[in-house]
Amino acid sequence: MHYSFDIERGNFADAGQASSSVKRTLKHLGVDPANIKRTVVALFEAEINAIAHAYGGRIDVDIDDGKIVMVVADQGPGIPNLDLAMQEGWSTASPQVREMGYGAGMGLPNIKKNTDDLKIETTVGVGTTVTMTVNLT
Amino acid sequence: MTIKEIARLVDGEIVGAPADDNYEVKKAFASDLMSDVLRYSMDETVLITGLCNNQTMRTSEMSDLRVVLIGRDKQPDEDMLELAEDLEITLIKSKYSIFKISGILYGAGIQPLY
Ligand SMILES: Nc1ncnc2c1ncn2[C@@H]1O[C@H](COP(=O)(O)OP(=O)(O)O)[C@@H](O)[C@H]1O
Ligand SMILES: [Mg+2]
Repeated sequence: MHYSFDIERGNFADAGQASSSVKRTLKHLGVDPANIKRTVVALFEAEINAIAHAYGGRIDVDIDDGKIVMVVADQGPGIPNLDLAMQEGWSTASPQVREMGYGAGMGLPNIKKNTDDLKIETTVGVGTTVTMTVNLT
Repeated sequence: MTIKEIARLVDGEIVGAPADDNYEVKKAFASDLMSDVLRYSMDETVLITGLCNNQTMRTSEMSDLRVVLIGRDKQPDEDMLELAEDLEITLIKSKYSIFKISGILYGAGIQPLY
């Protein structure tokens, strides 16, 4: 099954709608709660990053019997130092983003922890594509 | 402890989804940082927070939280209340500070996450 969602730049009011929709689908499919939780936590963090740090983008989710693959692709600005970005507590979040409860610098580490495979392709000035896989077996 | 007992202890008001009397709360976690909430299992846990917006609700949804205690007299808007109802999350509004709420619940036997 394939699902896709658009992410709008700076639209915090709707942030989480894609993750929410995926959560409902997985529940419907009878995926076990622990796997649902790690899937939606990872997707939610990536969705927030595309809204908070980038200029919006697109989410593609593929679900089959064995795994869930989620691709969150945004349109810039890219991540200059990925090693730094992956560190717990590192954040360049703006004061507005912090006021909304984000910017703890735990998003990428959370994604890493909750997925079985994480691939981040990023080019400064172009964009970032985060590919996350959760194995269901 | 039931949701209603918690509400009574913090002189709170229940809004959002109706309180489920069969839901037992054993633990609490206090945070205004949503990524920190997303790090832990929230089974049988009440989230105590001063962050009062749609992000609180979405984070709670992803964390499988059933009850959120909003402190510091923050007022959820219509959007947030509607979302809480849709997501079947009960909100407790309290005028007390997060410190006071935490102290009261800790004293009443609610456990910390760690
Ligand atoms: N999609 C993205 N585009 C650009 N920068 C990003 C993106 N995702 C993450 N980053 C950078 O990596 C940092 C760490 O991200 P994260 O761990 O999610 O923490 P937080 O979002 O709380 O800052 C961000 O502050 C930002 O500098
Ligand atoms: Mg983040």
